[in-house]
Amino acid sequence: MTSRVRRLFGRHEMVLLGVTVLLSIVIGALNPAFYSLQNAFDLLKTSVPLGILTIGLLVVLISGGIDISFPAIAVAGMYITCTLAIDVRSLDHLPALLAISTAIGLALGLFNAVLIHFFRLPALIVTLGTASVIRGALLEFVGTRTITNLPPSIIAFSRTNLFEATLANGASAALTVSILFFAGVAIAVALALRYTVIGRGAYAVGADLAAAERVGFNVRRIHLFVYGLMGALAGLVGIIHASIIRNANPLDLDGLELTVIAAAVIGGASITGGRGTVTGALLGVALMVIMDGSLVLVGLPSQWHQVFIGLVVLVSTSITALRTRSARAGEIAR
Amino acid sequence: MTPRSSDRPFLSLTAIGKSFGGVRALDDVSLDVSAGEIHCLAGENGSGKSTLIKVIAGVHRPDRGSIAIAGQPVASLTPISAVRQGVQVIYQDLSLFPNLTVAENLAINSLVEHRRTLVRWRDVRRTAEHALERLRVSIDLDRLVGDLPIAEKQLVAIARALLQDARLIVLDEPTTALTGVEVDALFALVRDLQQRGVAILFVTHKMREMLQAADRFTVLRNGRVVESGPAAEFDEARLTHAMTGRAIGETRFDGRVDASAPPRLRIRDLTGPILRGVTFDVRPGEIVGLTGLLGAGQGELAARVAGLETSGTGEIAVDGAPLPACTVRAAARAGIGYVPEDRLREGLFLDRSIADNANASSLRALTTGLRLLSTRRMRSQADRWIHDLGVKAPSIDAPVRQLSGGNQQRVVLARVLATRPKVLVLNGPTVGVDVGAKEEIHATIRQLAAGGLAVLIVSDDLPELVQSCSRVLVFRHGRVTAELGAAALTGDALQEQLSAAH
Ligand SMILES: Nc1ncnc2c1ncn2[C@@H]1O[C@H](COP(=O)(O)OP(=O)(O)OP(=O)(O)O)[C@@H](O)[C@H]1O
Ligand SMILES: [Mg+2]
Repeated sequence: MTSRVRRLFGRHEMVLLGVTVLLSIVIGALNPAFYSLQNAFDLLKTSVPLGILTIGLLVVLISGGIDISFPAIAVAGMYITCTLAIDVRSLDHLPALLAISTAIGLALGLFNAVLIHFFRLPALIVTLGTASVIRGALLEFVGTRTITNLPPSIIAFSRTNLFEATLANGASAALTVSILFFAGVAIAVALALRYTVIGRGAYAVGADLAAAERVGFNVRRIHLFVYGLMGALAGLVGIIHASIIRNANPLDLDGLELTVIAAAVIGGASITGGRGTVTGALLGVALMVIMDGSLVLVGLPSQWHQVFIGLVVLVSTSITALRTRSARAGEIAR
Repeated sequence: MTPRSSDRPFLSLTAIGKSFGGVRALDDVSLDVSAGEIHCLAGENGSGKSTLIKVIAGVHRPDRGSIAIAGQPVASLTPISAVRQGVQVIYQDLSLFPNLTVAENLAINSLVEHRRTLVRWRDVRRTAEHALERLRVSIDLDRLVGDLPIAEKQLVAIARALLQDARLIVLDEPTTALTGVEVDALFALVRDLQQRGVAILFVTHKMREMLQAADRFTVLRNGRVVESGPAAEFDEARLTHAMTGRAIGETRFDGRVDASAPPRLRIRDLTGPILRGVTFDVRPGEIVGLTGLLGAGQGELAARVAGLETSGTGEIAVDGAPLPACTVRAAARAGIGYVPEDRLREGLFLDRSIADNANASSLRALTTGLRLLSTRRMRSQADRWIHDLGVKAPSIDAPVRQLSGGNQQRVVLARVLATRPKVLVLNGPTVGVDVGAKEEIHATIRQLAAGGLAVLIVSDDLPELVQSCSRVLVFRHGRVTAELGAAALTGDALQEQLSAAH
C-alpha cells in the first residue's frame, strides 16, 4: 500500500499537494465563498481545457521536445469545425464534430512531428513557425468573424451536466460533463506512459536520443506519437473550449501556451526531457487553476495573473535545477 | 585457446572507410571475428576503435567497404538490425538512461528487440534480476541509473548486453571504472560465453587485460590496421610498438622530496560516511597514491579534499591554512584542483569547443584590465595545455563531443592544470588513456610535482601507482591500513596488501 502511494506521489508531488492545500486554506480564510460547491465545480470546469493540454504537453516534454503551437491548433480545430457544421447542417452531431476537430489537430501535430523528425529542426522554432502559419491561414482562408451562433450540438453539449445540485440557498451548482474527457485522457495517458513500450520510449528519447536509437527504439514513431497526440488533444480541446465560452473566435487562446507550460513544469516535468508524471501534471493544473480563480476571489486585478504565472515558471524551474545539482554533488562523493 | 572457433568468421569487415568531415577515422580496415574467439582491438586514443565499433553496431554507416554477418553480406546495417542479427555492444559512453531505474535499463533492450507493445513490469524485474545474477553483482533494481556511481553504471551496461542471446559481443572499454574483483567476474563470464561459441570483440587500454584475455589482436593506428595476428605472436613491447610506432620504457618516479619542507596538504582525522579518522601529510613535490577496494574510503577522501563530499568531521589544510568550509569553491580558492572519474557527466561541456572546455575553470586569470576575457590569452593557454597533454584533435575549436574518449579525458586534465593548482587530486587520471599518452601524462604530472605541486592519485591501476607515486596509501574500511614507499613500493607488495584488505 505505502509503496504504491509512494509511486503515485513522489517527493515533488507531496510538496505540490502540500502547497495546494495550504493555498486553499489561505484563500478560504480570505473568502469563504471559495469552499462552496459552486466554486469547486467552476474550478473543475476551467481545469478541463488546461488539464487536457497540460497532459498532452507533458508527453512532449518527457520526450525532450516542446510544442507552443497547440493553442493555434486548438483554435484551428474549433473554428474550422464550427464553420463546417454551420454550412453543412447534417454534420451537426457532437461525436462527428469532436472527431473532425481532433482529426484536424492530429494532422497538424503530425506535420510538426515530420518537420522536427525528418529535418532535425529544433522543436521550439518549428512550432513557433507552424503556430504563426496556422493562425494566419485561418484568418486568410476560413474567416475572421467570431461565430456566436454555435452549432446546436455544441450548445447542447455545453448544457449537459454530469451532476446537478440545488443548494440550500436556492442557487444551483452543476458539474460539466466535459470533465469526463479530462479524466479519460489523464487515465489513458498515465497508462500509456507506464505500460506501453512507446511510452517508455518517450522517457528514453527524452533522456538520451542517441542511446535510444542505439537500443533500437523507433524514434520516428515516438516523435509522431508525441506530437500527434499533442495535436489531437488540442483539437479535442478546441470544441470543449467553444462549448465553455459559447463562441468560436479565430483569435482566441493566444498566450495559453505559457499557462500550460507553467502547469506542466510545476508538476515536475523537466524542460530538458526525460522526467514528468501525470500525477504531477494534474497537481500542477490544480495549483494553476486555484491560483488563477482565487486572484479574482481575493479581489486582485487580473494583470497579476501574468506576473504570477511568470514567477511560478521561474521558481519551479530553478528548484528543479538546484535539486539536480545537489543530487549530482552527492553522487560524485561516493 | 580457441575452442569451437569455426573457419568461417561470424563477422567480416572488408576495406571499411569512414570520414567525419575532413577527419579520416577509418581507412581500408578489414577485420574478421570468429565464433568462440576473443578478439582484442588495440590502438591509441583517436585511432578509430570506437568508430569501427559503431560501424559494426549500425550506428555509423561506412563510406566505403562491406560488412558480412554469418557469411551473409549486409547491405545496410541499423542498430536494430544489428541487434536482431545477434550483435550486442557495450558502448564507451554506456548509452544508459539516467532517468530510468536499473531494472528498466536492464530490460529495455529485450522489450524493444521483441517488438513488444506493452510492458509487463513483473517480467522487467525478472529479466533484470536474471541479468545481475549472471554477472554476480547486486545493485538495487529500483534505483535510478543516474544516481549510481560510475562503476555500477558500467556493470549495468555490461549486464544489459550480456542478457541478450548475442552471437557477437562488443565491449568498448568496459572496465575503466571497475576494480579487480569485478573485472575478474566479467572476464570469467566472457570466457564462459566464448566456450559457448559467442564471438567477442573488446577494447581496453589496460595491458594486463589485453594479454590475459585475447586470442587475437588487431592494432589500429590513425584509422588503419597496422598489425593483426594470433595472441601468441604478441607481447607487451610489440603491442606498444604497434600502437604508438615507438618503444616506451618503464620509468619510475624518482623525484626527491624535501622531508623537512612544511606539508602542502595536511589531512587530520577525517571521518565521514566511510572514513574513520584518516591523517596524513603531502609535501610539495610528493605524489601520493590512494588505493583500496571499491568503497574502502579512497574515493571519499578525494571527494572530501575537493569539497564535493560535505558531511563528516576533521581538518584539511593547504599550506597550513585550514579550509574555511567544505565546499567546492573553498577548495578551489585554496588551490585544490580536482579531476573527476566520470568525465562524461561531471567534467565536460560536450557541445562547446576544446578551447572553451580547457579554459572553463580558469577564466578569472584570463581577463584583461577591464575584466573582459582576452581571446588571445584564452587561445594561447588552451594551445599550450592541449599541446603538452597531446590532445589529438583537428583544431582547438572542434566540439569536445567529436573527440575520442581518451582525448576527452585529456581535455579535463588540461582544464584543471590551467588553474595552476597547489594541490592536484586525480581520480583515475589515466582511465581510458592509451599507453603512450599515459607516459606523457605521468611525465607532465611529475614535472608539475617537481615544481612544488602536491598530488593525490586515486587509482587501482597498480603498475600506474608504482610508476608514478612516491608512496601509496592502502585503504580498508575507511582507514589507512598500509603505507608503501620507496623500495617497498612494488606491484607485488601492493597486490598483497589489496588481497589482505579483501
Ligand atoms: N561524430 C564525430 N564527428 C567528428 N569526428 C569524430 C566523430 N567521432 C569520432 N571522430 C574522430 O574520429 C577519430 C577516431 O575516434 P574514435 O572515437 O574512434 O577513437 P578511439 O580509438 O575509440 O579512441 P579512444 O581510445 O580515445 O576511445 C578521432 O579523431 C575523433 O576525433
Ligand atoms: Mg573509443
